[in-house]
Amino acid sequence: MTAPLLETRGVWQRFGGLIANSDVSISVGRGEIVGLIGPNGAGKSTLFNLIAGVLPPTQGSIIFDGEDVTRLPATARCARGIGRTFQVVKSFESMTVIDNVIVGALIRTTVMREARRKAHEVLQFCGLDARADVLASQLIPSEKRRLEVARALATEPKLLLLDEVLTGLTPTEAQTGVELVRRVRDTGVTVLMVEHVMEIVMPLVDRAIVLDLGKVLVEGKPADVVRDPKVITAYLGDRHAVGA
Amino acid sequence: MDEAHAKRRRRDLVVAAVLALIAALVPLFVKDVYVQNIMVLTLMYAALSQAWNILGGYCGQISLGHALYFGLGAYTTALLFTKFGVLPWFGMLGGGLISAVIAMALGYPTFRLRGHYFVIATIVIAEIGFLLFHNWDWAGAALGIDIPVRDDSWAKFQFTRSKLPYYYFALVFCCVAWLVTWWLENSKWGYWWRAVKDNPEAAESLGVVVFNSKMGAAAVSAFLTAIGGSFYAQFVSYIDPESVMTFQFSLLMALPAVLGGIGTLWGPVLGAAILIPLTELTRSFIGGSGRGVDLILYGTVIVLISLARPEGLIGLFSRRPKAKGAPQ
Repeated sequence: MTAPLLETRGVWQRFGGLIANSDVSISVGRGEIVGLIGPNGAGKSTLFNLIAGVLPPTQGSIIFDGEDVTRLPATARCARGIGRTFQVVKSFESMTVIDNVIVGALIRTTVMREARRKAHEVLQFCGLDARADVLASQLIPSEKRRLEVARALATEPKLLLLDEVLTGLTPTEAQTGVELVRRVRDTGVTVLMVEHVMEIVMPLVDRAIVLDLGKVLVEGKPADVVRDPKVITAYLGDRHAVGA
Repeated sequence: MDEAHAKRRRRDLVVAAVLALIAALVPLFVKDVYVQNIMVLTLMYAALSQAWNILGGYCGQISLGHALYFGLGAYTTALLFTKFGVLPWFGMLGGGLISAVIAMALGYPTFRLRGHYFVIATIVIAEIGFLLFHNWDWAGAALGIDIPVRDDSWAKFQFTRSKLPYYYFALVFCCVAWLVTWWLENSKWGYWWRAVKDNPEAAESLGVVVFNSKMGAAAVSAFLTAIGGSFYAQFVSYIDPESVMTFQFSLLMALPAVLGGIGTLWGPVLGAAILIPLTELTRSFIGGSGRGVDLILYGTVIVLISLARPEGLIGLFSRRPKAKGAPQ
């Protein structure tokens, strides 16, 4: 078996007295779609930010593509091939959609013509090319989510971190999103996605990792994970786990 | 769509060339020295505001302390010439480089500040610069420096008989500042700066080195501003801290960009073309007793602009292409 693309080894994150992640060790294989799920306050977003490089972990290490990236800032991790989206969308509001994506493309090339071509290609892939010359501030919420994905894809990531991109969408929009994630994976990009809504992610992911109270609770095939009593307890409380 | 973009940039270039040509021909018809004086100042402030716009408009780091770089340019040229006999052209380059270095040295701590705190820091630092020069005996302290003027000379960049050489230098300076902006706008730096302005956190996630972007913008901006200061020293041939380093200069560099359209290519030029003649005219109409009336004018202009057209007057000219493709 080849080495995983991403590995966290015994990662801890403390915020003062609060332990957001305790001894989290997960791995994501090349070409996988992995879902990171768990109830509110489970430490998903923290772990996500640690992988993206927003903050360094209190303890433990993060290995990406065979390299220890624990101490690298977000910019350097992006250059190494970690792309991300934000849960609360952070578009460059005063720039057009195409310019937003060009910013991402510029990490791989400094030739403007090339960056622009790449940006159009990515926008087409995400179904946003018709809106290329519109200001990002004029997009509707679901389009902004897709812009987040497009921008991250323009950096040509090996690993794409999706932070609740499907949450809060209408069922049709969510379905389009699911298809987009599949197509992204088909281009050879590994996907790690944080999601809240189980019924959307479960059919999509190859493997699910459930976090609870900052620890890895269960991991495995989605079908097994949803039946696991521990998971049901974590989400719904003890009473509902009895029948499982 | 690439075509449309390239076309827009070519159109900007053509418009700029036409405007520059018209500006070059104007002095052939306008012989009045007073009007020529206003035109020189207008071009100078257009260039200075263009320089300010790189840091303040594109990169979003609002500086109200650019008088420091303006003064540094003026002082470097004047001191090098009067103390060591160095020609102003070298002084100009030297002043630009010194300002760029100082801008980065000051940026190192201050770029960690955000929003209003950054603005306050720039004001305070420029004020410190003012006080230092005010008390620095070797640099003339409060008395300032008188640049000895003998005969008209391009080498010494001083002219007593005509304002035209200054006018043409200011025009070239303005064109250069515009071209630098035009070129940077469609470069990696231009994109990085706008990304940093809009959302630094997202920019970082896309590989933008936020801190370096700000440093780069500060260096380019300060360099060009100092060139303007050097020019001004030669133009008025007498400088003191009051005349080159006060807060009013910082305002006069920021205002045209804000008025015309902050973070746009044409904003500073448009803003300067309106604001500077207006300032000079009110000053001369009201006379010496009306000191401060121009400041009232700035205040009024700012209030009106932020109420009616926060994106600047340039918004009256260019409309964004209408949204294509209905939202899904």
